[in-house]
Amino acid sequence: MSEPSSNLTARSGNLVTVPPLADEDRKPLKKKDIAADHPTWCPGCGDFSVLALYFKLIERRGIWHEKVTTVAGIGCSSRFPYFVQAHGVHYIHGRALPFASGVSLSRPDLHVFVFGGDGDAFSIGGNHLNHTARKNIKMTYVIMDNFVYGLTKKQTSPTSPIGFKSKTDTMGSKDRPINPMKQLVAAGASFIARTTSTNPKHLLDIMEKAMDHDGFSVIECLSECVEFYAGAFDASNPRKGGEFKEVPADHDVTNEEAAYQLAADPFPGYFGIFYQENRPTKNANETAIIESARSNVGEKQDWEILQATFNRMK
Amino acid sequence: MSESTEAAPAEGSSSKISPITEAVIRIAGNSQDGIQSIGGFLARLAGRSEQEVMTFMTIPSTISGGPSIFQVRIGSGEVLTAGDEADVLLAFYQHSYEKHIDSLKDGGVVLYDSDHVEPNDEWRDQYHHVGVAITSLTVEAIGGTARDKGKNIFALGLIANTFSLDVDKLEILIRERFRGKAESITVNALNAFHAGYQYELGNVLETFRFHDSEQRTRDQLVMTGNEALGYGLLAAGVRFGAGYPITPWSDIMELLRRELPKYGGTFVQCEDEIASVSTAIGASYAGRVAVTGSSGPGISLKTEALGWAIMAEMPLVIIDVQRGGPSTGMPTNVEQSDLLIACYGGHGDAPRVVLAPQNVEDCFTTAIEAVNIARNYNVPVIILTDQAIATRIEAFDEPDLKSVCQDLSPTFDAVAEHQPYDLNHQSGTPQHLPPGTRIASGKYPVVTGLEHDEAGHPTASPKLHLQMTAKRRNKLRDLATTFPTQEIYGPPEGHVLLVGWGSTMGPIREAVDRARKEGDSFSAIHIRHISPLPNGLEEVFAGFSHVFVVEMNDEGLYGYGQLATLLRSRYCDRKIRSITKTDGLTFKVKEILSRSRALIQSP
Repeated sequence: MSEPSSNLTARSGNLVTVPPLADEDRKPLKKKDIAADHPTWCPGCGDFSVLALYFKLIERRGIWHEKVTTVAGIGCSSRFPYFVQAHGVHYIHGRALPFASGVSLSRPDLHVFVFGGDGDAFSIGGNHLNHTARKNIKMTYVIMDNFVYGLTKKQTSPTSPIGFKSKTDTMGSKDRPINPMKQLVAAGASFIARTTSTNPKHLLDIMEKAMDHDGFSVIECLSECVEFYAGAFDASNPRKGGEFKEVPADHDVTNEEAAYQLAADPFPGYFGIFYQENRPTKNANETAIIESARSNVGEKQDWEILQATFNRMK
Repeated sequence: MSESTEAAPAEGSSSKISPITEAVIRIAGNSQDGIQSIGGFLARLAGRSEQEVMTFMTIPSTISGGPSIFQVRIGSGEVLTAGDEADVLLAFYQHSYEKHIDSLKDGGVVLYDSDHVEPNDEWRDQYHHVGVAITSLTVEAIGGTARDKGKNIFALGLIANTFSLDVDKLEILIRERFRGKAESITVNALNAFHAGYQYELGNVLETFRFHDSEQRTRDQLVMTGNEALGYGLLAAGVRFGAGYPITPWSDIMELLRRELPKYGGTFVQCEDEIASVSTAIGASYAGRVAVTGSSGPGISLKTEALGWAIMAEMPLVIIDVQRGGPSTGMPTNVEQSDLLIACYGGHGDAPRVVLAPQNVEDCFTTAIEAVNIARNYNVPVIILTDQAIATRIEAFDEPDLKSVCQDLSPTFDAVAEHQPYDLNHQSGTPQHLPPGTRIASGKYPVVTGLEHDEAGHPTASPKLHLQMTAKRRNKLRDLATTFPTQEIYGPPEGHVLLVGWGSTMGPIREAVDRARKEGDSFSAIHIRHISPLPNGLEEVFAGFSHVFVVEMNDEGLYGYGQLATLLRSRYCDRKIRSITKTDGLTFKVKEILSRSRALIQSP
């Protein structure tokens, strides 16, 4: 056999390793430690609130920098990872979920958060949402839904209401918008919630519950685009004369049909947890498959496992 | 040997056994007849004996049924191809007989199932016809079942008899094949095999015995190219993969799904090609090189994500098992028409690495090389194989796994500081730090598809785009300097240099051997590193009057195949010309020779 032409010299180059630091010797993270670049969002954008509460969540729960990974696709909201001082990924449009799935399935030690907008979630990446949901891959997905394409400057989005005038629908949008809650219930997401950037307490509470859920947790967070769809969510904001209607206290979150009925409530609809169930994650299922396969091969080293296979191919 | 004979069982007749050095056997039937398993048995037998072996198969793209062939060439010396012409054709049906009689050499033997085949009188003069009631004799042998399952094993017995094959070893192989199944299945198979073996052909057909070859020093492994690639990835230390089914890539994902958990790894079947490449990139980001793969149509879908991996400098291995294209094309036929999409497919200036294994053994080696290049240079590496190499069975020396297998487990040692896109890094390409790594400076990296500064933060700076573009290109120029000098098959100077890549190595080398025997000074090179190309090819070309690039793709609008186009643009050398074809079949040796000689005549 010819030798591979490149050797295995790790290209670690001038990396300087430092000794490990015990958790008790580390200073708890404050907001200033977690904030990175100043956000590029327009002043007044709803996304600022989501970012601020993400910092608060990390701070409150005492998560170390390196234990959280922030993944995003493309869109205004998807600039998120640049603003967070932690390992982060800015991936391609609509595909943040499969990327995050690769991270989650190979790294059970991390909190994986995905941030994105309605274009990523329901249009270009719509099918990934369905499949990540049915597979129940452990991560938290925050969809910052503004009902419009903001980064590309006001085109119709899959959640734009009928009649919305955009640059691609100057006569008003005609296509029926996606109902995110209905789609998520049908797809089998195991934690489905709805909140808004204008209710920080509610948003933080939902984000925390989503993070603690063992499975695929999805939050639709209404987040106003002040530039291209100002006032879109006033109807849900008491300070603007609207009503913040919480999911009724007697709603059974394990009841799919009840969740679907809640989702049918006309805009601005209900806020809170629509649905939550505990069912095995793909992470757990894969771990079980590995454990079973490992117990069959015993104490063999990897090359010995392959050798045993090759011995049957002679 | 003009007459055909309905052979009848005869006891104790002594037959003449002629020594031979090699034989090509083509088995033609339908896909559900277990044709491939006859070929598999013969290939593994050769691997366990001192013979060399090479196979070729076609499968129909329909789910069940449809004509299928398996050709196996067994020889006492080096076997480079599955053979241009068959010595023996075993035909199960009328259509198998009629369609494949052309593949027999004059005077060759056609063994046919007389229950299904009515021989054509015109062909009786040209080929030696031997009819055996394979179907009914199989039913008889395994106890009157209404179905004719097992006739492949009966036919294997006939072949074993014809070529005086090692019956004990074949019995062991049959037992191994059905290990874990009900005992009655093994018994039936052995009954069918012995019925075929004991069927006396001696009085109507000369039988053969292979010359003894040199004793082997190492055990032989017998497997397909797809298997060799899959196991090569495992040996390389790959522990995560993601894919979507498509012929002929699916075998590899099935293998990885089955095998990876034994090594603590995971393979995910995704909802589509884009999700597959994205999930694999995510796993690479999380700590170690992951794999995805497909065939042409799926590779097209993966190219946006490929662009991201190049921009973000993320290691990744992508396997492209090429088939006939474009679009759905010819899913079960061979073609080498993805070379340009592999090298250039996608948007923007996006240099990546493309490797093309040249035989089954090389699939194993290339998988390891690809993983190491991806890891050391933070770059996606595409492995270009094709349907022929994917499904072909070869025997090769067993590698020393203890020294070959790699442990690529990630480490999470804390570091003082880190810039993922450091322009002044001593190696040119710092390794990414997977999440989970503490960075004492408190400055954490973002990996991104936006043009970025050294920390991974977005920038539209003209200077940085210039520098980063150069960085992504220059690291591959560095890589090219590590490639071994191009090996030349034959003398380094002569009249004609044949240039090939991928699965065509066998017929090209055999063409060189034959040409030289006939007094023409031919040599050949086979390029494994397609992008970047190895340095110094121009010096190789300088030694020859003609350079013919032999590849299975179209000559295109301007008269040159895909590698020829690349080489002409790289070397501006007018003597580089093309021998291409697009019939979905592998090159025949005589085809390469006649095309080369015609090209010499037309300067």
